[in-house]
Amino acid sequence: MGKKNIDNIIELSNELRWQIGDDFHDNLTESIYADAAHIVTDCVQVEKGKKRFRLDAKIDKIVTSKTLGFPIMFLLLGLVLWLTIIGANYPSSLLANLLLDTIHPALKNLSATIHMPWWLDGFLIDGVYLSVAWVIAVMLPPMAIFFPMFTLLEDFGYLPRVAFNLDNLFKKSGAHGKQALTMSMGFGCNAAGVVATRIIDSPRERLIAIITNNFSLCNGRWPTQILIATIFIGAVVPSSFSSLAALFSVIGIAVLGMGFMFLVSWALSKTVLKGEVSTFNLELPPYRPPRFWKTLYTSLIDRTLIVLWRAIVFAAPAGAVIWLISNIYIGDVSIAAWLIHSFDGFGFLLGLNGVILLAYIVAIPANEIVIPTILMLTVMVTGISAGSGAGVMFELDSINDTGDILRAGGWTLLTAINLMLFSLLHNPCSTTIYTIYKETKSAKWTAIASIMPVILGFIVTFLVAQFWRLLS
Amino acid sequence: METKVIHSACETCPQFNAEGLKKMGVNTDNFDFVVALAGNPNTGKSTVFNALTGLRQHTGNWPGKTVTRAEGGFEYNKQKYKLIDLPGTYSLLSMSTDEQVARDFILFGKPDVTVIVTDANRLERNLNLVLQILEITDKAVLCLNLIDEAKRNNIVIDTRTLARDLGIPVVATSARYKEGIPELIQTIHEVANGTIVCKPHRIKNVPSNIEKAVKTLSTEIEKEFSGITNSRWIAFRLLEGDTQIIEALKTGELA
Repeated sequence: MGKKNIDNIIELSNELRWQIGDDFHDNLTESIYADAAHIVTDCVQVEKGKKRFRLDAKIDKIVTSKTLGFPIMFLLLGLVLWLTIIGANYPSSLLANLLLDTIHPALKNLSATIHMPWWLDGFLIDGVYLSVAWVIAVMLPPMAIFFPMFTLLEDFGYLPRVAFNLDNLFKKSGAHGKQALTMSMGFGCNAAGVVATRIIDSPRERLIAIITNNFSLCNGRWPTQILIATIFIGAVVPSSFSSLAALFSVIGIAVLGMGFMFLVSWALSKTVLKGEVSTFNLELPPYRPPRFWKTLYTSLIDRTLIVLWRAIVFAAPAGAVIWLISNIYIGDVSIAAWLIHSFDGFGFLLGLNGVILLAYIVAIPANEIVIPTILMLTVMVTGISAGSGAGVMFELDSINDTGDILRAGGWTLLTAINLMLFSLLHNPCSTTIYTIYKETKSAKWTAIASIMPVILGFIVTFLVAQFWRLLS
Repeated sequence: METKVIHSACETCPQFNAEGLKKMGVNTDNFDFVVALAGNPNTGKSTVFNALTGLRQHTGNWPGKTVTRAEGGFEYNKQKYKLIDLPGTYSLLSMSTDEQVARDFILFGKPDVTVIVTDANRLERNLNLVLQILEITDKAVLCLNLIDEAKRNNIVIDTRTLARDLGIPVVATSARYKEGIPELIQTIHEVANGTIVCKPHRIKNVPSNIEKAVKTLSTEIEKEFSGITNSRWIAFRLLEGDTQIIEALKTGELA
């Protein structure tokens, strides 16, 4: 036994490879298929006379048709969002009542009775507890509705059809058709979408899919979109249409995200990630009636609670940071106020403001906490007394109050639209960034994937703001 | 007196041994055997995995859902099994990440049993992967899943002939409805303990010039590594110029 013998074997294999010619791979594959065909003839029988009515084929004809495929896709997306928007309201206010209006004062009372120092009380109860409570109240209901519905569609077998419909668009933008699947996963969570890109074989196309996954509006951003659309977009139309207007604007943002995904994929595949589009075969699996209760249960356990847990883990320290920067003073301004004023000029150029920019920096760990951060910072700057006051993250009882606070903070329709755009186009959350690094093992691509969307966000909001001001 | 409630006729059969089964979830300490789950995408590997381990690994009706390998365990007749759910692949001949994960595990991880999950509705296409796996390992069980759908499609599969042709045991299952799972566990148990000895099918119909080259090469490999069972497959890979296999040969990882 030794290295020499092994070298001989390799030498021999090189020699033989020349002798048998370069169609070895094809020959071998053909042999395997021939064997398979042979085995099957002996043991598989199909009763021909009783061919089943092919319901699958009929459904596929409709949902993947050139004319109806896209409308059905948007209709389903709209339906899922609609049910999420409508359904999440009640449990959300219920939870807010419980966690913020009942438990929070109780905790404050408790800390007062045991004479907790003011800073510890503020740090723990107004910072950490409130941020966690807010995330639960706002995030849990939409997730508990959105994820199971998405999972039901997935179990039914609809996702591969989406991939089929979008394949052509992806091909035209120089990307892999399976990116449609990773994009759909991104609608739940971008980190999950990035991991899912492993189904793409070609490294070039996989990189494109990773970099552009952030354009899928993720679960952390849906509530922001829905809330802002309801307050500001819903308000510009007659009240009977306001939910509908809000719904369409949210779908519009989601579709815009897909547009950016195609555009950026195309730009990448024409410049730094040049290459051929690889072919692949996509199996359209049979439709399977989802096992309703089981799906409900598993999606609640596997997805909802895991994502919620992550949000809580990140919200707690973020709440602490917000409380700290609002309560540590340098001279007579708090760190937060100082930062907001220095961002204000740049914010104005983008049709946003310093509060929003600071909120996005604080919320890098989790998109879920952008809105509570914005509200808290706004209250602090405008000095309106509402809820628990300065340096405290809070949930307002009604959407109208939230709107009033924001308007008092100088928000206009432009601010709202640009916030929705910026929420779509900004850096991925820290979990996603870390996942991108783990998947690409490249600091360069991680940096590109993180910074490119922010730059796009700056450009888009800047342009919108300039045109808006020019025209109004 | 203790009475035993019998839910179905299956429970009276010696094959059925529900008491011997303990689902262990993610606890995979001190296992006696390693079992790999391989198969084409969307054949229900993760559902089989969940049925065996009691875990609730997310399943979905689209190909390519499992991209990383998941691990779980179960105990049967006092022996502990560690189960690895491999990503679904159509073949092991190309070099995409998921195919590599699957192939490397079967090749280097040397599982005690490889359960190949196939879609009974699309057996011929699935056999492509089955035949490739049978070149690598000789301890395998064919799990003919989605048999309920096949029945509805009026497809009848003679599992005995199939088992004889492939040289490995074949178990028809419908993992979604937990049908055939006890039989599958019993079969895994028997293959792991050597009660069932497989004589796996090896790829025939190879053009004679290639067959000759493969034979020459595999004889040399067998001389070098005595007792090696997949010399033919290594020969295939060497002829293909697979650098990873050449490397593994040099480092002795394959022995």
